[in-house]
Amino acid sequence: MSDLSKTPSFLDYAPAPESTSILHLKKSYGLFIDGEFVKGHGAPFLTISPSSEQKIAEIANANSRDVDVAVAAARKAYDRTWSRMSGADRGKYLFRIARLVQERARELAVAESLDNGKPIKESRDVDVPLVAAWFFYYAGWADKLDYAGLGPNPKALGVAAQVIPWNFPLLMLAWKVAPALAAGNTVVIKPAETTSLSAMIFAEILQQADLPAGVVNIITGAGDTGEALVNHPDVNKVAFTGSTAVGRAIAKSTAGSGKKLTLELGGKAANIVFDDAPIDQAIEGIVNGIFFNQGHVCCAGSRLLVQENVHDEVVDRLKSRLGTLRLGDPLDKNTDIGAINSREQLDRVRELSDIGEAEGAVRWSAPCVIPDKGFWFAPTIFTNVSTSSRIARDEIFGPVLAVLTFRTPGEAIAKANNTPYGLSAGIWSDKGSKILAVADKLRAGVIWANTFNRFDPASPFGGYKESGFGREGGRHGLAAYLESAGWGSGK
Amino acid sequence: MNALPGINVVTSGRAIVSTALAPAERALGVLGGDLTERSLRLHLEGLPGVDAVGLEERAAALGTRSIKTTSKAWALNTIIRLIDLTTLEGADTPGKVSSLVAKALTPDPNDASVPRVAAVCVYGDMVPAAVTALGAAHGDPDAGLVSVAAVATAFPSGRASLRVKLADTEDAVAAGADEIDMVIDRGAFLAGNYGLVFDQIVAVKDSCRRADGTFAHLKVILETGELNTYDNVRKASWLSILAGGDFIKTSTGKVTPAATLPVTLLMLEVVRDWYRLTGERIGVKPAGGIRTSKDAIKYLVTVAETVGEHWLQPHLFRFGASSLLNDVLLQRQKLTTGRYSGPDYVTVD
Amino acid sequence: MGFGQMTRLTVPKTYKLYIGGKFPRSESGRTYEVVSKKGVFLANVALASRKDARDAVVAARGAQPGWSAATAYNRGQVLYRIAELLEGRREQFVEELIATEGASKAVAAKQVDTAIDAWVWYAGWADKYVQVAGNGNPVSGPYFNLSTPEPTGVVAIVAPQASSSLLGLVSVIAPAILSGNTVVVIANHAAPLAAVSLAEVLATSDVPGGVVNILTGSPSEIAPWLAGHADVNAIDLAGAEALDWVDLMVTAADTLKRVLPPEAGVPAPSLERIVALTETKTVWHTKSLI
Repeated sequence: MSDLSKTPSFLDYAPAPESTSILHLKKSYGLFIDGEFVKGHGAPFLTISPSSEQKIAEIANANSRDVDVAVAAARKAYDRTWSRMSGADRGKYLFRIARLVQERARELAVAESLDNGKPIKESRDVDVPLVAAWFFYYAGWADKLDYAGLGPNPKALGVAAQVIPWNFPLLMLAWKVAPALAAGNTVVIKPAETTSLSAMIFAEILQQADLPAGVVNIITGAGDTGEALVNHPDVNKVAFTGSTAVGRAIAKSTAGSGKKLTLELGGKAANIVFDDAPIDQAIEGIVNGIFFNQGHVCCAGSRLLVQENVHDEVVDRLKSRLGTLRLGDPLDKNTDIGAINSREQLDRVRELSDIGEAEGAVRWSAPCVIPDKGFWFAPTIFTNVSTSSRIARDEIFGPVLAVLTFRTPGEAIAKANNTPYGLSAGIWSDKGSKILAVADKLRAGVIWANTFNRFDPASPFGGYKESGFGREGGRHGLAAYLESAGWGSGK
Repeated sequence: MNALPGINVVTSGRAIVSTALAPAERALGVLGGDLTERSLRLHLEGLPGVDAVGLEERAAALGTRSIKTTSKAWALNTIIRLIDLTTLEGADTPGKVSSLVAKALTPDPNDASVPRVAAVCVYGDMVPAAVTALGAAHGDPDAGLVSVAAVATAFPSGRASLRVKLADTEDAVAAGADEIDMVIDRGAFLAGNYGLVFDQIVAVKDSCRRADGTFAHLKVILETGELNTYDNVRKASWLSILAGGDFIKTSTGKVTPAATLPVTLLMLEVVRDWYRLTGERIGVKPAGGIRTSKDAIKYLVTVAETVGEHWLQPHLFRFGASSLLNDVLLQRQKLTTGRYSGPDYVTVD
Repeated sequence: MGFGQMTRLTVPKTYKLYIGGKFPRSESGRTYEVVSKKGVFLANVALASRKDARDAVVAARGAQPGWSAATAYNRGQVLYRIAELLEGRREQFVEELIATEGASKAVAAKQVDTAIDAWVWYAGWADKYVQVAGNGNPVSGPYFNLSTPEPTGVVAIVAPQASSSLLGLVSVIAPAILSGNTVVVIANHAAPLAAVSLAEVLATSDVPGGVVNILTGSPSEIAPWLAGHADVNAIDLAGAEALDWVDLMVTAADTLKRVLPPEAGVPAPSLERIVALTETKTVWHTKSLI
């Protein structure tokens, strides 16, 4: 006879909060220009915690005059300091930054979870370690550019304008800044409006690393700041990660300007599960693919393409698995699903989910207790989805999975490719020859086989088609920031 | 004891003969009436594969759960309640077993709130000493008493004739063992003689029958370290359940690697799938190499999040351990006193 | 006599071999005198025997699977850590070079700085050389085909024997180990102190024991044993110019070792040196949808 029926459920784990006492936040932050924090001339705005809606700090807003000053600082630093510095020395600065990120890793992770809403488990174990690794990796390229296979004597482009999104704030910053600096460029970077906090702490790290003033400038603000930045005439290179709609606009406005452009945009990735998949790991891969980071991932596996003969079993197991996902306080170490980043994003996710239901798909959500305050959306699965459904075509950017079926590998490929997007895809099978043949035919820039959402600074990442162009990571990631005399470097 | 009817020894690993297997109720239910070496092999080889990288990542992720305060206190007590306190040494004596039993009944002499362990686990010929030492406390761990588990079947290697293995089992049962921890024939398994492995389990289960018609509970040790691949562990787990095991157990503790979190996770997944298929619950016992509370807590989390916390009871989950108990006691002391404790404050058994 | 009275008496360092992460004396018990350029006694340094070399190869072989199984990122970080610790011990190394090589302070400082920078340069290659030296191959037929360099295994090295004892040592060790090889190095005979001090840096830099093994002693005595050792995969004769190096190559040919020839002076930083101590593996895999 067991007395366990009377005890509270073990699975209701006691709170395990990560303390915020490690942070030393300021009440308000300025723009980081030319090595110093300075006042912005636009109207400052608040950054809030999306899990509690509480204010965290006031963030400066760069207007077009501030953008001018920042670009001028980057240009001066390029002309006088950075372009004259040896690659070895540039590398040393990047190594210093990598080490400082490692030293302040916990602080950065807590700030990121607080400001973005993602679970501390993710920012601590995934985001911040990758940030350090990214700087470490590109540090080593700074004095080896001749070996990068990008032509003889590759040269930096000059000043790079970079605009990044809110889903992996510090990691996206690392993806942009590290290769740009390694290649010899200076940078003006604009973090996303709702997630500027970790960038501000990063600016402090740049000061600790003694990086020469003006090499990296961080200007916070909203959409108009970003627009002013990418359209600034004295910028040589534009790198943008964000929505396809904005990416399109940037491509249009930079046309004919001579600026080199790379874009990393949206996706609607297919996660293809064959009947011979290692089933338990495939379930984990599906969950990780769409619910990691609350589905706020451009390469999220938002379409499950499951072989028809195992559809019911897979969906069944998936629903059971979702029963142990924990939604709640991002700073609790046991939280799996954090907050949606903003009210706007939550509204969008809700709207598209309602459309899904209206179109006839069958909606099922994990039984999570939703807190009163903050922006939350329970992991949701739609079955009975057709290829023409809005939820099978549009990027939702939230924890919503659309399930479709296929009969043959050829059909899976056709359905997977049948989208204007082409960022990533997943393949689940125990058969190597099939995996490699399917990978051959998928029009996606990143293909994960029997895994998903794996990132490494040594591994190039980027999309086909409307998911953008250019690659970040690896040797290929240098190409965006270099031109070689022998390689058609003219305007 | 003579070989059971229907058992044919397959002499060559190459020739897959349609040898009939000893009837086991579960196997008949799942595989149907044509219960042969061939049908068993087809079934086992049709099971889904395991991606080791993904499995190990899932186990590592479960290991990041942060179990604090009240959850930790409950977990520590639960671990103790689920321990098979073990001594399996050539040098074991009745005195050693007696000392082990005393520890099992009163783990912390300074703290009466510490629960008892589930069982003591000893070699078959030490069962009488264990039974004597337990006295009135000998009984069902679900009822707060302590049972006696005996390793048998030429533990740990299993390299002996079936006759010897069954005699080993019968002796232990006759001496009062409530549970038998048998080893499968890993050589036969790796050579592909699934039918032989199956039949031996059936035979041992039969030897667990007492005069009054009840059965000692059978734990089947897979020795996962020797089976080597996760695919093999999955197959062996299914085979052991089909053949009638009440528990599947990872290891003898005499081979490295012994229990690991990923391999235990895999076995729990099999048990979960068996439950989905039949509604029947099978137990899981990781044994060997679990020395710290921190590690043991990861196992509790893995059980709860894979098959559900209903499994965290003595009749469905055990830790095969010896030094784990003292580490749990030290952690308990820290929770109650607020300061770190030391080896002088727990007893050696 | 109290502390701090008159000139302070030093505590001279003992210089031993570095094998398997530990600092043993030579099993032969032999030492040799190291004197400064001015003839002043500096230390009795271990004179390695063939048995020490044998033990070093065993240690190197034992450490090789673990070191090559570490991620490239990890190896790169370990090499960078070595640079960090060398930087911290800069003054000590400068003093040693002044004493053993008769260099001026400026020249010695430059050598140490160059050695640190060489570690940093090589550290940055650990997770990149594969991308430059490996590639997919567009073979005819339904096959996935990938060529990747892998570490060759245990590498014996004769360190440069002329000047620049520290830089010479760094220039041969770093390119060998970043890919996952483990090494047995015969140090500069006349100026061996930097080698032992470097070993101390390695011992405190997260370098697993056995990855680098340093033998001080006579290259002409030890090199033939390493060249002939069947469990050594490659031999770098960078500093063997003054030895009977053709003979060494002939000996190495018995087991078809990979051989790097002698170099005049200190080898320059080079990707070729890294790749020369790797093996390229090409894997084919069928591809089919049906």
